[in-house]
Amino acid sequence: MMGSLAIIWAIGRKDLLLEIRNKDVVVAVAGFALLVLVIFTFAIDLNQGNAKLVGPGVLWAGIAFAGVTGHNRAFALEVEGSTLEALMLAPISRDLIYLGKALGNFLFIAVAQIIVIPVFAVLFNLVVFRWEMLAIALLTTLGFSAVGTLFAAMSVRVRAREVMLPLLFLPVVTPLLMAAVESTSHMVNGRSWSDMAQWLQLAVAFDVAFIVVSAFIFQHILED
Amino acid sequence: MVSQTTQLAVKAEAVVKNFGETAVLRGLDLELPTGEVTVLLGTNGAGKSTLLRILAMLTQIDSGSISMHGVDIAQNGPVVRALTGSVLHSPMLYADMTVRENLLFFAEMYRLQNVDDLISSTTVQVGIEQRIDDRVRTLSHGFQKRVALARALMHDPQLLLLDEPESGLDSRSVEQLDRIIENYKSMGRSVVMTTHIVEHALEIADRAVVLNNGTVGLNSTNPAADKTEILAAYSSKANDQ
Repeated sequence: MMGSLAIIWAIGRKDLLLEIRNKDVVVAVAGFALLVLVIFTFAIDLNQGNAKLVGPGVLWAGIAFAGVTGHNRAFALEVEGSTLEALMLAPISRDLIYLGKALGNFLFIAVAQIIVIPVFAVLFNLVVFRWEMLAIALLTTLGFSAVGTLFAAMSVRVRAREVMLPLLFLPVVTPLLMAAVESTSHMVNGRSWSDMAQWLQLAVAFDVAFIVVSAFIFQHILED
Repeated sequence: MVSQTTQLAVKAEAVVKNFGETAVLRGLDLELPTGEVTVLLGTNGAGKSTLLRILAMLTQIDSGSISMHGVDIAQNGPVVRALTGSVLHSPMLYADMTVRENLLFFAEMYRLQNVDDLISSTTVQVGIEQRIDDRVRTLSHGFQKRVALARALMHDPQLLLLDEPESGLDSRSVEQLDRIIENYKSMGRSVVMTTHIVEHALEIADRAVVLNNGTVGLNSTNPAADKTEILAAYSSKANDQ
């Protein structure tokens, strides 16, 4: 067990090291999400009422679209250098490779959110620095990473991967996106944990199901 | 799990591999004893690289069976991967990490112990100790090939798979590679390599296998003596292309 965790952490840490040096993924994800936020602040007449109404949807749609860019890039880097094959040569089970890559993607999107969410709070004039927001962000990022890592691996060898990944990713994460938007909406309207409990439970169920299923499927899609 | 009594490093039976409509391996049978250097010869598209990728477990076969040191590769993936070290066409390294960081990372993937000592000895063995803290991106292709060789040797595999290892290497590096292969063989380990520098390969090989049309066209256990026959078989395939 500890050995497996060490392998997963080593892959995630390696991705983080490369990201610190190249800033390929976090800049793309944060930049894309910030652009979405800025465009919507111009497109919508934001007053306190409709900021609470549309703000959560704009935030999570922006992060979901930006996440596609990040997942694409994170896997393309492994394929361009054929380093994914080097990982496949190692005597480790493929699900550990999946979990390591998903951990890396989770960290990238989480870092991007640390930049994006404060900007969202300022632009939409909403109070989001609460424990509820931390829980929502962690659960949503976990689900995005679980699904995005799998579909990025599936589409990375496809010629039109930039088109393929959002077509696969966005419909599947719709329940998670709904959970994130609804629970964020409850939070900005000052409701309690119990009001958002059913949405958080949906997010937890989504994350558990997709981590387990994706880890199983991943080992089959790596083979020629 | 690894059989200590078996003398076969590789046993392939009726191996078939197709890529779509294209048949690459057509019922290939091959037995390679341990402790031998085997050179796989054949023209482009003969199936050499595909066979190496199958032995490295990067490509799955459509039918047939393969065992290494008595272990069935279909049933025991991680065990077989621990037995093999591979240097394929691409160096397969993280360009923005240093040589040391790459080797440390792959040492973790192979769950190796005493990693610092291991990296020191392996980098000296392949002659890259001076560049160990340089990023891979700054190295020439030949140096990157040596780093890939260090990665393949680090876990002391029973079977070394080399796909055109001399490509990108200067003559001094090729001599160094020959010494590594010779040293490896002297420890009772096996090497399977592909090359297009046929005459040189026949000098260092114990066995030459010419692949023809996805099967074994010629299997010589005395390449030096059978040089004329091997070259004839190889060049006739080249002329057929």
